[in-house]
Amino acid sequence: MSIAAAKQSSKTGWIAGLTLAVLFVFSLCVGVGDMPVTLLFSDGQALELLLVSRLPRTLAAILVGAGLAIAGLIMQTLARNRYVEPATAGTAQSAELGILLVTLFFPAASLLFKSLAASAAALLGTSLFLMTAHRLPPTQPFLVPLFGLVYGGVIGAAVTFLAWEADLLQYLSVWTNGDFSGVLRGRYELLWLGALMVVIAWIVADRLTIMALGRDASIGLGLDYARMLQLGLTIVSVISALSVVVVGMIPFVGLVVPNIVSRLMGDNMRGTLPFVAASGAILVLGCDILGRLIRYPYEIPVGTMMGCVGGLIFLWLLFRRPSHV
Amino acid sequence: MIRIENVSLRHGKTQILHDISLTIAKGGITALVGPNGAGKSSLLSLIARLQPLQAGRITVDGFHVDATPNRDLARILAILRQDSIFTSRLRVRELVSFGRFPHGRGRLTPADYAIIDQSLQQFDLTDLADRFIETLSGGQRQRALVAMAFAQETDYLLLDEPLNNLDMYFARELMRSLRRIADENGKTIVIVLHDINQAGAHADRIVALKSGRIVADGAPCDLLTPKTLQAIFGFEMRVETVDDTPVVLHFR
Ligand SMILES: Nc1ncnc2c1ncn2[C@@H]1O[C@H](COP(=O)(O)OP(=O)(O)OP(=O)(O)O)[C@@H](O)[C@H]1O
Ligand SMILES: [Mg+2]
Repeated sequence: MSIAAAKQSSKTGWIAGLTLAVLFVFSLCVGVGDMPVTLLFSDGQALELLLVSRLPRTLAAILVGAGLAIAGLIMQTLARNRYVEPATAGTAQSAELGILLVTLFFPAASLLFKSLAASAAALLGTSLFLMTAHRLPPTQPFLVPLFGLVYGGVIGAAVTFLAWEADLLQYLSVWTNGDFSGVLRGRYELLWLGALMVVIAWIVADRLTIMALGRDASIGLGLDYARMLQLGLTIVSVISALSVVVVGMIPFVGLVVPNIVSRLMGDNMRGTLPFVAASGAILVLGCDILGRLIRYPYEIPVGTMMGCVGGLIFLWLLFRRPSHV
Repeated sequence: MIRIENVSLRHGKTQILHDISLTIAKGGITALVGPNGAGKSSLLSLIARLQPLQAGRITVDGFHVDATPNRDLARILAILRQDSIFTSRLRVRELVSFGRFPHGRGRLTPADYAIIDQSLQQFDLTDLADRFIETLSGGQRQRALVAMAFAQETDYLLLDEPLNNLDMYFARELMRSLRRIADENGKTIVIVLHDINQAGAHADRIVALKSGRIVADGAPCDLLTPKTLQAIFGFEMRVETVDDTPVVLHFR
């Protein structure tokens, strides 16, 4: 990276870090049940509220946001297409199918067990998607996301049908529409596994960048392409499954964040990965805070908020041509 | 040494390569020529283990290409493909620095940076180093790809039509650079060329492929005769000798 580019990215880094810090503090203070910061240390109840509910909720939003953005980035790398994301291309729907089946047959299963089942199902579903996506002609880039939508739609329909038959529809919305209001201490800690996946992605960032150059270039540079594919699939599946199980799926994060960062900074993931993670966290936490404020004291689920905000950003991305440097 | 023994390749029912055997000694430039669809790229991609070997065997420096770990092979053999399309937004310098990946697995030492800078300089890319690849012209992009293959600093270099899109100046520059690393560093270069005169002027040996078979093999001055050229390409062309180099007048 040149000196100018390095300066630019360190400035962007400061801005991203500061924004996230401000949102973090703000998120701790906002919600039903007053919590002026000054009261924190004199009032035991306020501290309790902070530790049991607000802090877990804020951390969950950050972990899910960063994770989903990274999962989107990796999914786009694997599919070699910028317009796919786990929320629409079958990963989330497969994860839902996994939990649904576990809930049906082992209603008493723990959260960890459900996450494992969801991850396994997501892995299978995403592998099938990728195998098909790689067969589609690269000359028609919109076939891949289109196929993803249909594929995700079919699995989603199967999930809805099963849930309806089994009288589990009320559970379904918990998994399909992200909502942080139920996050409490003791119910979100699995998400740290997602953070581990983000760290792994950071470790293999160079390999992921090479993978984006295609199979031949990867092999030429000595990459074990098949193994990287498996690793990427695992990261995408685990992150998506965890967020489906713990808070429910949030759309658009995995789609818009990597695209914006790519336009601003390019695709060298060693440099851009931290920004993708931070921007994802900012977007999701920001939407969660907005959802808490708009109809105060009622809440709008973050999944719904992101549907609107993310959709608008996506349209803006589509219609605004990338500026060439 | 690259040793190719009884290699055949088929796609579905079509036989692409017919029982090819070829030995390329260490050091020097070997040019692969032949009509479109002759199987040049297929042969190159088999040597570079980009597609699985169906029949026969290929060794590079004694390593079987289909049985040697990928990362080990990447340190002795680099390939530039004919059609490298990618959608990643990378800067020229970033792309070229990935040529060093097989050596440090991502960790760049000062020596690596020196090699990267030298590759950039060699192909006149220093001023373009911070531009995104997608904003370059076709020839500039081709130069960036060649610079990346150079930065890999392998003993064997396979280049599939590297002169594509290059203007006369850079085509000559590239061929001279290849000549230099072959003579000074003992590199082995296998290069697919459509410009028969570049092959005549710079290669030590020309191997001609036609319909999946080797139809001619020899030093430029022996191979570039009207009769052999007619057999390879199917039309008559005049050959003159200028400064001891055969020049084929194929364009009239
Ligand atoms: N994936 C494939 N499936 C089917 N046929 C293929 C495939 N790849 C190559 N071929 C066929 O194999 C033959 C040799 O192709 P190859 O690319 O090796 O030719 P080439 O000598 O490099 O030609 P050119 O000078 O045009 O680059 C061609 O007839 C081509 O149609
Ligand atoms: Mg070819």
